[in-house]
Amino acid sequence: MKIAGDDVPLIGITDLSVGFTTRAGVVAPVLRNIGLVVRRGETVGLVGESGSGKSTLALVAMGYLKAGLRVLGGGVRFAGQDMLAGDGVAAIRGGRLALIPQNAGQALTPTIRIGAQIAEALRLHSTLPRADHAARVVELLARVRLPTPGALVTRYPHELSGGQQQRVAIAMALAGEPEALLLDEPTTGLDVTTQAHVLELLRDLAASSGMAMVYVSHDLGAVARVCARVAVMYAGEIVAEGSARQILRTPSHPYARGLIAAIPVLGEARLPVPLDGRPPAPGAVGEGCSFAPRCGLAEAGCLTARGALVPAPGGGVVRCRRADAAVRLPMRRDGALRLALEFDGGGGVLGLDAIAVSYARRSLWDQITRAPRDAAPVVDGITLTLRPGETIGLVGESGSGKSTILKSIAGLIGPLRGSIDLAGVALAPRVAQRDVGVLRRVQLIFQNPDESLNPRQTIAEILAQPLGLYFGLSGAALRARSIELLAQVRLGGHYLDRLPAQLSGGEKQRVAVARAFAADPDVVLCDEVTSALDVSVQAAVLGLLDDLRRERRTACIFVSHDLGVVRALADRVVVLYQGRICESGPADAVYGLPSHPYTEALLGAVLEPDPDHAPRLLAADIVEHGPPARGCAFQNRCHRRLGGICATDAPPAHEIGDGHVIRCHIPPATLAAAQAAP
Amino acid sequence: MGVLRRMLARPSGAIGFAFVLLHLAAAVLSPWLVPYEATAIDAALMFAPPDAAHWLGTDQLGRDILTRTMLGGREALLVTLIATPLAVGWGALVGIHLGLAGGRLDDVLMRVVDAVLALPWILKMLVIIVTFGAGVTVLVPTLAFFYGVPVIRVARAATLGVVARDFISAARARGHRPGAIVRRELLPNVLDALMVEGAMRWSWMLLAFSSLSFLGFGVAPPTPDWGLMIADSRSFMAIAPWAAMAPVLALSTLIIGINFVADALAKAVGLDRALNAPH
Ligand SMILES: Nc1ncnc2c1ncn2[C@@H]1O[C@H](COP(=O)(O)OP(=O)(O)OP(=O)(O)O)[C@@H](O)[C@H]1O
Ligand code: SF4
Ligand code: SF4
Ligand SMILES: [Mg+2]
Repeated sequence: MKIAGDDVPLIGITDLSVGFTTRAGVVAPVLRNIGLVVRRGETVGLVGESGSGKSTLALVAMGYLKAGLRVLGGGVRFAGQDMLAGDGVAAIRGGRLALIPQNAGQALTPTIRIGAQIAEALRLHSTLPRADHAARVVELLARVRLPTPGALVTRYPHELSGGQQQRVAIAMALAGEPEALLLDEPTTGLDVTTQAHVLELLRDLAASSGMAMVYVSHDLGAVARVCARVAVMYAGEIVAEGSARQILRTPSHPYARGLIAAIPVLGEARLPVPLDGRPPAPGAVGEGCSFAPRCGLAEAGCLTARGALVPAPGGGVVRCRRADAAVRLPMRRDGALRLALEFDGGGGVLGLDAIAVSYARRSLWDQITRAPRDAAPVVDGITLTLRPGETIGLVGESGSGKSTILKSIAGLIGPLRGSIDLAGVALAPRVAQRDVGVLRRVQLIFQNPDESLNPRQTIAEILAQPLGLYFGLSGAALRARSIELLAQVRLGGHYLDRLPAQLSGGEKQRVAVARAFAADPDVVLCDEVTSALDVSVQAAVLGLLDDLRRERRTACIFVSHDLGVVRALADRVVVLYQGRICESGPADAVYGLPSHPYTEALLGAVLEPDPDHAPRLLAADIVEHGPPARGCAFQNRCHRRLGGICATDAPPAHEIGDGHVIRCHIPPATLAAAQAAP
Repeated sequence: MGVLRRMLARPSGAIGFAFVLLHLAAAVLSPWLVPYEATAIDAALMFAPPDAAHWLGTDQLGRDILTRTMLGGREALLVTLIATPLAVGWGALVGIHLGLAGGRLDDVLMRVVDAVLALPWILKMLVIIVTFGAGVTVLVPTLAFFYGVPVIRVARAATLGVVARDFISAARARGHRPGAIVRRELLPNVLDALMVEGAMRWSWMLLAFSSLSFLGFGVAPPTPDWGLMIADSRSFMAIAPWAAMAPVLALSTLIIGINFVADALAKAVGLDRALNAPH
């Protein structure tokens, strides 16, 4: 056998199958005949929906198997070393080959200083003499572009932002000078602006260090930015592989095309195209093509024989016998253009007037001394009017107060100041003070259906709650109405007797949508309702919400950190930073120029599934522990900051016309000129 | 009952459950099964070692140890089987209430709970027994009271965990009455924790009851009882070790069985927290 040289791939996975044995004694493969080669310095992306086996594959490359899994065949080698045989593997792991698992940043030990955690990684994986470790820690922190690395070593993880924590995790992985880095969803859960920063860092690391990277993600935009080569996984197998350009621009597999079509487009108000159905469970794959049940091009031959990877018409290789037809399938920008709603010019269905919300508890002392109430509440000055049938998109990063606003409308948190009215009638601040008839008209849909559906109730019981409470339905009438509601969210009546755990993520969220619409509400408040879902499922849920509100003229406040998703659904957009409105107006105006500097930063950071698209990093990646007491909320991160005035005076509201408002000390005309220049 | 089936699917759960069932069956059926009269004294048979007539030998009064061991758990089981549901019931009621109400009442009462829990159990029990006297009528409420206190903590923690979840917010936002939310949304989700807690409390109570009997504050002689039997045989360990062996084994298999069940239950419902809360 040859010693690791240029012709021995760094990571060589050959015909690898991994699986488990079910209770019934059937062998269920999770990975099937995977062949993947990663050469030195190469960046390879693994993409696919949840459950497609991408994380399992990344772990196997390290020689790890999740509990219960075993290798059914094939092998994994790192620089010639068999990673599935015990000897010598431990020396490679963490050193020459490092893994950054999902949420690695959040997984830092909270009670140990940053410097000590990195030093520990050095002790384990570095050959440097002990005396040099302290200097090396600072060097590593600088390498992942953390500001003031010298001062950072004494900080604790919670003092860092999510993006900074993720960088520390990367610095730890770099401690052993790895030849290859495996990253599992390294930016999932980070804000768009932060994600863009981390991706640029990874991209530069790969380019400058000659380190190979395997990047696992469901996010095609992130993969497009970092990876030169992409493998698309479906039901445990690689269905397409090629250069990023080949896979993203001219994909030859119907699944790859479907995935790309399901991503909302920032440029236009279009609904993304959903990919119906769901991936097969392990072991449930038939003889033929695993994608056949969801494939529009499937023909008889697809069902009988599983194809091999063959050269694709669009470049690369593909596992589809009809690839020639697949390359002609419609892709992005072919979703339906969303029709603008017509408003009758009547009053609003929901109005918020100068709402402020604070979580600060007033101590007894504060109450006695009559200390002023919270000077900088988490949410302040929120004024907006929602018209019947209209959708307002509420955009902002994590912690910007989006959920807080929805909760105060729903009466779950009493506002500190301000008032809310429902069709002109003032709403009591808290749920307990509101009539059931009033409560019926405003319904909430939550981010994560695993949290918002009671795991101990069947779908029938879940739907019975609003139907019983608001309409007094029971017995046969209740059942009939429940089946009707399920049909509206495209689920069959047989789901009624299931528990949430027996549904997929997308199906659960549809049940949550059905439960909200069961109340026949005037307003639905949607809190990140698609962020826990795969893009293909997200597209379906977005389409569903759009249909429902169109049919019933239900108004909607749609909260999301994803500008593409908001673009697909919203008539008007409100951009929020630290609980303050930065910009608001018709969607077309907010997504066009001029923009508030924060909106500009958000839009610049959006990733497109296109290898030629480069995000612009504008806002500084720092932690904010709360809104500043005075001045502009965005002052600490603003790239256009004017100076003293931004720190002292609240920015004025400039109305540009048609309800488009920007709150910034820079006049709109100046902003427009600066932003139009390249 | 998916939880029960999952609990029994674990070896520890199945073994523990078998132990407990066996003990319950013995307790119920022993009056018809025992070979001798439990209190029949036979001076000629003092400290007879195990033989064909007396399988487990006899004690210092010549009483059959097998008979007395089979009957010796009846009082303990009866008392704890009444006291355990009472303890879990009142503890859960208070704990859930505090978890929901929060605020000053919660702050104050939890301090009281901590204080009560900080006292050694034997001290608490003895104060009551010295004041009100021994006997089953005092022991049931006393055990139920003191063993309900740690349940408050568990029920409160479980409630806080569930209340923070979105399905509770969803129910609140819909405008259901608090009672309906507790019954339909909260209770089904804290029941698991309470079930595990109940099993744990039961085993602690059995130990406590036997310890009290051992100290002479529980069952009055000559009624057969494990704690009493262990106490009686203590002085004769050197000459008749079998007399202590049988009740010790009986008590420990029951306690171990319950602990296995509690452990398997906790795993089955995904509550693998450390199961060594103070009693
Ligand atoms: N119950 C609470 N007690 C104290 N502070 C809270 C509470 N809930 C939220 N906050 C704080 O209020 C601010 C706004 O939080 P909110 O959850 O409304 O943000 P968000 O925009 O919905 O964020 P995300 O995108 O992460 O859901 C944050 O600083 C958060 O830490
Ligand atoms: S092989 Fe057939 S079923 Fe599979 S992706 Fe190609 S056309 Fe569709
Ligand atoms: S007011 Fe100042 S800090 Fe705020 S967005 Fe405008 S320029 Fe930036
Ligand atoms: Mg939120």
